[in-house]
Amino acid sequence: MLTAAYAVLFYAASLLLAGGLAYKIWQYTKTPAPLKIPTTPAPLTLPGVALRMGRELALFESLFRSNKWTWLFGWMFHFALLLVLLRHLRYFTEPPWTWVVLLQPFGLYGSFAMLAGLLGLWLRRVAVERIRYITGPSDHVMLLLLCGIAVSGFAMRYVDRVDIVALKAFVLGLMYFDWQPLPADPVLLVHLGLVAALMAVFPFSKLLHAPGIFFSPTRNQADNAREKRHLAPWAAKFESTGK
Amino acid sequence: MADFDLPELKEYTEPPRLVEGAMGHLRTYPAAPAHQEALGFPGELVEGWHDKAIEKFDELLGQSRSLRVYLDACVRCGACTDKCHYFLGTGDPKNMPVARQDLMRKVYRRHFTLAGKWFPWLVGAADLTEEVLDDWYNYFHQCSQCRRCSVYCPYGIDTAEISMAAREIMDHIGKGQKYCNEIIAKVHKIGNNLGLQEPALANTLEGLEEDIEEETGVKVRLPLDEKGAEVMLVAPSADFFAEPHVDGLIGYAKVFHQAGVSWTISSYASEAANFAMFIGSYEQMHEVAQRIRKAALDLGIKRIVVGECGHAWRVAYSFWNTLAGPFDFLDPNYPVPQHVCEFTYEQIQKGALKLDKSANDHMTLTFHDSCNVARASRMGDRPGGQFEIPRAILKACCNNFVDMPADTIRDATFCCGGGGGLLTDDLLELRVKGAQPRMQALKQVADEHGVTHMASICAICKSQFTKVMPDYGFDMDSVVSLHQLVSNAIVLDGQAEAAAGPEEETEETAAAGQAGP
Ligand code: SF4
Ligand code: SF4
Repeated sequence: MLTAAYAVLFYAASLLLAGGLAYKIWQYTKTPAPLKIPTTPAPLTLPGVALRMGRELALFESLFRSNKWTWLFGWMFHFALLLVLLRHLRYFTEPPWTWVVLLQPFGLYGSFAMLAGLLGLWLRRVAVERIRYITGPSDHVMLLLLCGIAVSGFAMRYVDRVDIVALKAFVLGLMYFDWQPLPADPVLLVHLGLVAALMAVFPFSKLLHAPGIFFSPTRNQADNAREKRHLAPWAAKFESTGK
Repeated sequence: MADFDLPELKEYTEPPRLVEGAMGHLRTYPAAPAHQEALGFPGELVEGWHDKAIEKFDELLGQSRSLRVYLDACVRCGACTDKCHYFLGTGDPKNMPVARQDLMRKVYRRHFTLAGKWFPWLVGAADLTEEVLDDWYNYFHQCSQCRRCSVYCPYGIDTAEISMAAREIMDHIGKGQKYCNEIIAKVHKIGNNLGLQEPALANTLEGLEEDIEEETGVKVRLPLDEKGAEVMLVAPSADFFAEPHVDGLIGYAKVFHQAGVSWTISSYASEAANFAMFIGSYEQMHEVAQRIRKAALDLGIKRIVVGECGHAWRVAYSFWNTLAGPFDFLDPNYPVPQHVCEFTYEQIQKGALKLDKSANDHMTLTFHDSCNVARASRMGDRPGGQFEIPRAILKACCNNFVDMPADTIRDATFCCGGGGGLLTDDLLELRVKGAQPRMQALKQVADEHGVTHMASICAICKSQFTKVMPDYGFDMDSVVSLHQLVSNAIVLDGQAEAAAGPEEETEETAAAGQAGP
């Protein structure tokens, strides 16, 4: 019963995540940018743009220029999350890939850093007047969700250890449509429930910043307006015919 | 003169405490029906404006990737909150870039997202009520579309794009702004923002020729509508009569003269400005830009050079190729268009100009990077040329140059406070307050390095500074055109050496100052 419920929950969440994201990406792709609007100075060529985007993704370059505290907490959270996610790959691969195994101890530090980053960001939301003003209920809910995931994850490691062998069997069973019983550990159920919730709200929330950044014209356009004519399909109707 | 409190100039930029509604009273004059209709917009707020606004909103979402992505992507990290000069100068939280965007985002969420339809309270979604529309009108006309916020946003979210879209929607339901729409109509009809007719223009140019000859003894021409000239100069119309703009125009003329390049101004396209960008209308912007193409073809010129004007250079550099290109009928050896600074810089590089720096010795200069040049265009063939080239010209023309603090120049530059279609007296309070961050940076170099003058390459900046600087204790003629400095320093062939001496120049500058704007 429990196994079936969580299996269905995860299938549904995965579908929402994949379908929702695919829809948004399709929508972003088909919406043209009618004018060249890179924030300058901008790279002149495509490889340059890739480098600029790479710096934004890996280093949060603009945020660094903007606010060191937000950068520190934000960067810490995102990269810790990445580590933790990679660490979780061991539940999805049998036998786990070597580099995933090597990553395990770092992933552990990662979860501390992740929580610290989140709490730092949360503190700013409450303590800095300007950020408090722009913060809405959904921003708190998102932080609550992420902190809940992190804390329940900790709890399973340090307080109430779960049967990870059984858990892994459940996860692999989900992947190969050969369901295995889910350990009925309350903390695990909370952890998994929150993760499913996060997956499901992803395409309907501000988490869209993740695909969004790739489509941001101020960052992904090359500065070559004079050299290369840019014309959106819908704007072609304004073209004059004669000279 | 001000019936509001002036913001104080402090040691360093410090975000103010929030004062909710501090600028809620400030509403720019609405366009009269005649101004609206001249652009094909409804004369007044239409029946069923709500549905029409949402319909237009939907259309724009399908046409503009920036709008769509930016409305989705903001995480409310707050990185932009202290970056807007209007927030820094007013403390009104709705002038924080993200809060300004949220005025539009909440309506977007309500009508175009599932979360906003089902859980409006959770995600801050709201209907487009009359009150919200009023907020749009007030606060999207308190954004100079300077893009400073975009530089600092981790996703490059550009509030200018949001403001432009909001103004476009408002125009389509009959809620346009007088200042911009009246001006655009004038351009369609007469060819420039000022409504300056051809005979008046010819007269002005003739007068300037006489002035130059009187001053230098050299006959420097300012040709109008000369077919077959090599270069067509497209300058902001303020260059034809406003101070200190006109001194810049004289500077361009001297450079062309000395470079031995034939050139002309077009009376049909006697305006570099394209205010249609401010109202976010591709169609209007296209129509205005087409005048340039037509003039270029009619006059048979080979190169287009654009005068000192910030947003005009953005439109020219970034948009002309799209709006009025391809320019395959022009000389392929030069970029189309070129900035007059690029032209002058090239002449300096070639050694074609004789410059006497001491002619500007009575000033200690700094340089104000104009937003649209700094963050939305380029000069030369390297990124950042828009910062280096004007400075290189400045340094070639004067001995005393000091930059303002690093976080207030180049792509971090602060708007003058009057860009984006806000250079109108009904927004004077906003303009004065919005100038505070720039004035603070200027005061710092004035106090520490004895800076006396600030050079600019934007017609709007120049007009705005002449107007608001006195409020902050600076002379209104302490803002100068970049090419005014070139004009002072240049020694024309055949110009009596003595006449170019510093004493003579000082007198001339003083006289220009008295004339006022
Ligand atoms: S910096 Fe960008 S993401 Fe952050 S609050 Fe401002 S607009 Fe939103
Ligand atoms: S574009 Fe400039 S004026 Fe507009 S919100 Fe951003 S910083 Fe402020």
